[in-house]
Amino acid sequence: MKYLKFILLGVLFGIALAKAEIISWYRIYEMFQFDAFHMYGVIGSAVVLGVIIVQIIKRSEMKDLNGEQITFNDKNRSIARYLIGGTFFGLGWALVGACPGPMFILLGYGYLPILVVIAGAILGTYVYGLLRPKLPH
Amino acid sequence: MIEFLSQPWPWFVAGPFIALTMFSLLYFGKNFGVSGNLRTICAAGGAGSHVDFFKFDWKKQIWNLMFALGTIGGGFVAYQFLTIDQTVAISQRTAEKLNEIGFANPGAEYLPPEIFSMEKLTSLPGLAILLLGGFLVGFGARYAGGCTSGHAISGLSDLQIPSLIAVVGFFIGGLTMTYFIIPLIF
Repeated sequence: MKYLKFILLGVLFGIALAKAEIISWYRIYEMFQFDAFHMYGVIGSAVVLGVIIVQIIKRSEMKDLNGEQITFNDKNRSIARYLIGGTFFGLGWALVGACPGPMFILLGYGYLPILVVIAGAILGTYVYGLLRPKLPH
Repeated sequence: MIEFLSQPWPWFVAGPFIALTMFSLLYFGKNFGVSGNLRTICAAGGAGSHVDFFKFDWKKQIWNLMFALGTIGGGFVAYQFLTIDQTVAISQRTAEKLNEIGFANPGAEYLPPEIFSMEKLTSLPGLAILLLGGFLVGFGARYAGGCTSGHAISGLSDLQIPSLIAVVGFFIGGLTMTYFIIPLIF
């Protein structure tokens, strides 16, 4: 089954985020209060290691599993879309304490109310698709 | 071993774990970004028939849905087999601030019952908060072209300025909610 590796990777990722309490509302609130290093340590160490990984991939012209070179696409230049979109995202992230990854993990963790959050996120995505031509990007 | 894994994991384990997840997906020929699934779900539900944004071959994104499915399993395993203690050891200052705005026992459970209890789920204000929060996350993630995984991890790892701008936006929104709006609604 060609999707098995993605499922297994998701399981490991889900366990790690759950066990490090990154999916707990309290940790997100604490992060935005700047009261603990925990979340900054998680994201900071992920990014530092991530920068090193990306540099190694680029410099060694690493190939993926299928033998094709791993490439990175530059994101479109803009300020409005990232700043406005990011602000909306942050408002929601701090309110329900979950970004898209943790939403799914929390469902497995057994919190049924998160289903409403996921439904809201799907609805928000749909409404963005509807309004997209009218929004500044 | 199980007992060891059942303690809360420190940041220096979780951070590298996330970076290695990103690397694994790159090695599999994909990209790390969870919120893309929300768009895929809309497309799979038929939204492409009347909204161009959802008109794409969503079946090529099934791998990402499978990754999300795996994370649900990961949450289940963590709760069922690797958790002895449900408390979250948040800092004293955070606990005090939460007490002040009416949260009874901050950190006593994994998530605050003030937001995630079945009682809240069945009340109109409680339901509205959950739905609105989710809506903002979904709307904002697509507007910004990515979420925490796509921008804060993948984008910053590739030193993308747009991702840095998005992360600044995450904090503008997050700080506004935490300092000005949450004290008003709880």
